[in-house]
Amino acid sequence: MTATSTPRFRRAGAPAGSAAGSADGSAADSAALEARRVTLSYEKSVIFDGLDLRIERGRVTTLVGANGSGKSTVLKAFGRLLTPGAGTVELDGHPVRSLSTREVARRLAILPQKPLTPSATTVRDLVSRGRHPHQSLLRPFTPHDSAVVDAALAATGLRGLEGRDAGSLSGGQLQRAWIALILAQEAPTILLDEPTTFLDLSHQLDVLRLVRRINREHGATVVMVLHDLSLAGRYSDRLVVLGGGRVIADGTPWEVLTPAILREAFDLEALVIPDPSCGSPLVVPVDTEHR
Amino acid sequence: MPISPTALAPTALTGDPRRRSTHARRPLVLLALGIGVLATALVSLMLGSNLISATAVLAGLFDPAQDVASVVWGSRVPRTVLGLLVGVCLGVAGAMMQGQTRNPLADPGLFGVSAGASFAVVIGVYVLGTSSVLTTLWLALAGATVASVVVFSVAALGRGLSSPVPLAIAGAAVSSLLVALTSFLVLSDETTLAAYRIWVVGSLSGRSLAGVDAALLFAGVGMVFAAANIRSLNNLALGTELAHGLGENLLRARLVGLAGITLLTASAVAISGPIGFVGLTAPHIARRLVGGDHHWLLPASGLVGAVVLLVCDVIGRLIGGNAEVSVGVVLTVVGGIVFIAIVRRGKMATL
Repeated sequence: MTATSTPRFRRAGAPAGSAAGSADGSAADSAALEARRVTLSYEKSVIFDGLDLRIERGRVTTLVGANGSGKSTVLKAFGRLLTPGAGTVELDGHPVRSLSTREVARRLAILPQKPLTPSATTVRDLVSRGRHPHQSLLRPFTPHDSAVVDAALAATGLRGLEGRDAGSLSGGQLQRAWIALILAQEAPTILLDEPTTFLDLSHQLDVLRLVRRINREHGATVVMVLHDLSLAGRYSDRLVVLGGGRVIADGTPWEVLTPAILREAFDLEALVIPDPSCGSPLVVPVDTEHR
Repeated sequence: MPISPTALAPTALTGDPRRRSTHARRPLVLLALGIGVLATALVSLMLGSNLISATAVLAGLFDPAQDVASVVWGSRVPRTVLGLLVGVCLGVAGAMMQGQTRNPLADPGLFGVSAGASFAVVIGVYVLGTSSVLTTLWLALAGATVASVVVFSVAALGRGLSSPVPLAIAGAAVSSLLVALTSFLVLSDETTLAAYRIWVVGSLSGRSLAGVDAALLFAGVGMVFAAANIRSLNNLALGTELAHGLGENLLRARLVGLAGITLLTASAVAISGPIGFVGLTAPHIARRLVGGDHHWLLPASGLVGAVVLLVCDVIGRLIGGNAEVSVGVVLTVVGGIVFIAIVRRGKMATL
């Protein structure tokens, strides 16, 4: 990386020069996100009661678990889309509730599962909307904003498509456009809710490699929800397995993806073998019927 | 690795031709629409029960000593000015309403504004026995405001405002109630019916500039709210969750939007009665011309609304002979045909 005026997808709040994995913010050991004794519920059904979860800075952390285990719920609570009934969520060491929604948006970007594609909007216009938290009536779109959007489009390989109507993109292209919007937000922490859903395998890999690159090259903290355990293992530093209203397991992919944990979390009989292509854990479900 | 902006300069110069055309076209489209509004206004000054030439109109406009000055200033200028005001208000309010509800069929009257205005006007005729322009105007403004505050409160008490659905349902419910009450009053009293049925069709004829300053003030404040809501509308188009993630304050976005829609629609309804179809169709035409970015969409919708309304008013003056056809009626016919054409061509934007 060079010392140009290149937008680095990092907010001014983070000290310049802080590289991937190193600390920034108030304390050296501060987590990017931390849930303390958090109670989360929809309507009247409680999903988590007293959840503690810490997300380390500069890492890719993936939340996995069976359907209904509350993966998206935790992600929404981290992204302040869901207010905890009790307990606190801290972002960069500050209680999220003490920060304005705009201040949160400068520190944290969240890509929901189903964003809406606006009508008659070019890819460039769509990505430009990621600049919203940095703008105000007194500070409209500047050349710097434009440069950040250029960089986000380049990082996601969309430069050639920036004039296209977003509604005409394929599923894989559109997902990259959403990630470009999130990149343009220049938040050091990025939350992605099932970013690979509805994509074929090669486009899933495309998105996950992009996520990995954003983490490595820009030092972004990434928290995502994924369904595919092997892909989660391959592209994450750390997996958090959720189930039964608690954290079942939390650790490196090899620590977490064990037959015993898979049985507990997913009611799944599976072998875990080293992936022949990259050595990460590969989950192979055992088919008892065809034995 | 992101590419340095300076390294991008050669690409930026040539650029993507498609992008350049859509982006560069937008100011030109707005300019063309502005010229279109002026041209339509001139035609509206020229045409009526008798034709006045363009030169005579201009002479009458700037020289009160001219014979035509009394016709131009006495009837055609007020009518044209009111038409412009109503068209702009309804066009902008329609685009805001469609953006707020993300419903391509949303109309500025969706949140009960038109029904509230109508009910207040009927109450005025029934209780006070008056149908003077100024009283009607104030009653309509008051009724529209009260109705939309009620709708907003009902929606806020329920499932909250992050989704547009509670607002639309509350609006439909309050509108139905007000329409029922209005019908009851109108049917039970003949004088009220007579006054109401003239007002409710939606017309610019016989409306003078008296009291228009009040409507203009309402509309002006409404425009400020509309401008303040532009970036929120762009965010809301991405869905409420992503909008919130981008730092949008949803409650404020809804409040500002509702205030703008109410003030703009109320001013229009107060002047001309509830005119349909402009608020529905103008944003669709504008969206095809300038795209979905509300920075361009709101002004374009206002200008398209003004052109559509004036053209329909002029058509109404011409086809009716001595007894002219109200702009509200012409709009329903013309607007209906245009709308069917838009839907048939499959180009209608899904929001």
